Amino acid sequence: MTWVNAVIQGLLLGGQYALIACGLSLTFGVMRIVNLAHGDLAVCGAYLGLVLSTVFGVPVWYTLPLLLPAAFLAGLALQTLLFGRALRHGVLAPVLVTFGLSIMIENLLQVAATSDPRGLNGGALALASFSLGSHITVSWLFMTAFLTACAVLSGLQLLLSRTSWGRKVRAIADDLDTARLVGIRVRPVFATVTGIAVTTAALAGVFIGTIGTFDPLTGTNTLIFAFEAVVIGGIGSLWGTLVGGMALGVTQVVVGQVNQAYAVLAVNLLFLAVLAVRPNGLFARHQAAREAGALG
Amino acid sequence: MSTPEPAAPPGPAAPAAPLLEVTGVDVFYGDFQALFGVSLSVARGGATALVGANGAGKTTLLRTIAGPQAAASGAVRYRGEDLTAAPPHRRISRGIALVPEGRRLFPSLTVEENIQVGAAAAASKDWPLDRIYGVFPMIARRRGQRASTLSGGEQQAVAIARALAAAPTLLLLDEISLGLAPRVVGELYQTLTALRAEGATLLIVEQDLRRAMEACDDLVCLLEGRVALAAPVPAVTREQVVAAYFGEGPPRDFRGSRDSWGSEDQEAAT
Repeated sequence: MTWVNAVIQGLLLGGQYALIACGLSLTFGVMRIVNLAHGDLAVCGAYLGLVLSTVFGVPVWYTLPLLLPAAFLAGLALQTLLFGRALRHGVLAPVLVTFGLSIMIENLLQVAATSDPRGLNGGALALASFSLGSHITVSWLFMTAFLTACAVLSGLQLLLSRTSWGRKVRAIADDLDTARLVGIRVRPVFATVTGIAVTTAALAGVFIGTIGTFDPLTGTNTLIFAFEAVVIGGIGSLWGTLVGGMALGVTQVVVGQVNQAYAVLAVNLLFLAVLAVRPNGLFARHQAAREAGALG
Repeated sequence: MSTPEPAAPPGPAAPAAPLLEVTGVDVFYGDFQALFGVSLSVARGGATALVGANGAGKTTLLRTIAGPQAAASGAVRYRGEDLTAAPPHRRISRGIALVPEGRRLFPSLTVEENIQVGAAAAASKDWPLDRIYGVFPMIARRRGQRASTLSGGEQQAVAIARALAAAPTLLLLDEISLGLAPRVVGELYQTLTALRAEGATLLIVEQDLRRAMEACDDLVCLLEGRVALAAPVPAVTREQVVAAYFGEGPPRDFRGSRDSWGSEDQEAAT
């Protein structure tokens, strides 16, 4: 029964990884930017949640109507002022810019908030749980994080497949030059994509801060897990990202059951194994389509 | 195509202003100069063939007109408006659409989505999906399929359909017959004839000289980035075009007065 429990906890943990990772997947799939500051942006979301929930004296969930739009606007600004300019200077510039942004965020947070670990006020939800059978107890907080991840991924998938905005995003992901050629205005699309990515990162940050603790350097570790989830799932495939996240989560918890010291190592080994066997990831839809296009 | 032609600019020698006027355009790729002072004018309702050897600058010229390629000097005027520095989406909204060389469809999008994306900056709502499918019944049946699963001819039809979705007045077509069976090419050109009858103005890059001269009223031949020949098709022989194509003999300019270009105007403006 402990193994079933470990798998269930691992799947739920995977939802959190997927929530952090989907924004990374989106920005890379559309703009070919590996946003090395993505994890730090998630941590910024957690700190913003901390400030707002302290100021208003409410659990952090009630601050989301303020926090998420703020994150979206921050994403628009980042894309317009920073990433968009970096993109015009080759493939290396965005990597350097996001790396620099990551360092800046971490150091500014250290100055502003010290390196003390913090936690967010999750209200009653943080303590609630329910039982599956007699041996398995599931935290409602973990369940909420998992369901939120599923909702966010479904919402993104619907936006991408059903709206004219999504059509433009996919066209740009397929072929940027031709997208410009047929009259798509790329900059507003890029800005909204980054806006959404930063919003999902901030939401993930709120869950990170509610489930565990965070400090100014939490973002880097977060980024590594998110990045591995994206690569395992296949770049550009949102559902692949969820599967990738769940594979990471299950590996981490199940191996942790045996020996906690090997949990993170096992995750990284899984990542390397997938890279070796399927370098495009498990659900590399975009690549397949592109090759078919080149051959057809 | 319903937008009225603006009044011709005042002046003694301006019978009907051309729809498109390219003057003295220089284009560079880094240090390499691809176009040298190229000038070209296209009358409304006309069809102009742009011919020339590989690397003569035909695709570059079309991309300079459509927007993705910037001209270092010279001007691109459309309906009297200077669009030299305008981004592609603005040119499309004015009525210029390009069918790029090699089709360049979005492989992961369906046929219908490819066409819808073409309407992102459409000049008008004159070309809804059902009208486009009326022109290309063969792709209507495949509307839900991924574009990458279609045959070459069908993909080319989708590429033209995508440009039509922008409701262009001036349609630029770059080597639409490349790699296609002659029968398929014949069908595509029949479609172009039908589009002209509906008022479209065409500028066509075509390798097949015979087909180019059949389909068009005017012909411009580029040679190493310069205009080697520009004339109404009836005024030149195949031999003269071939000579210009390969750069034999002095460059010729058979352009008549503006009036002879303008007269094409009335013919298909209905």
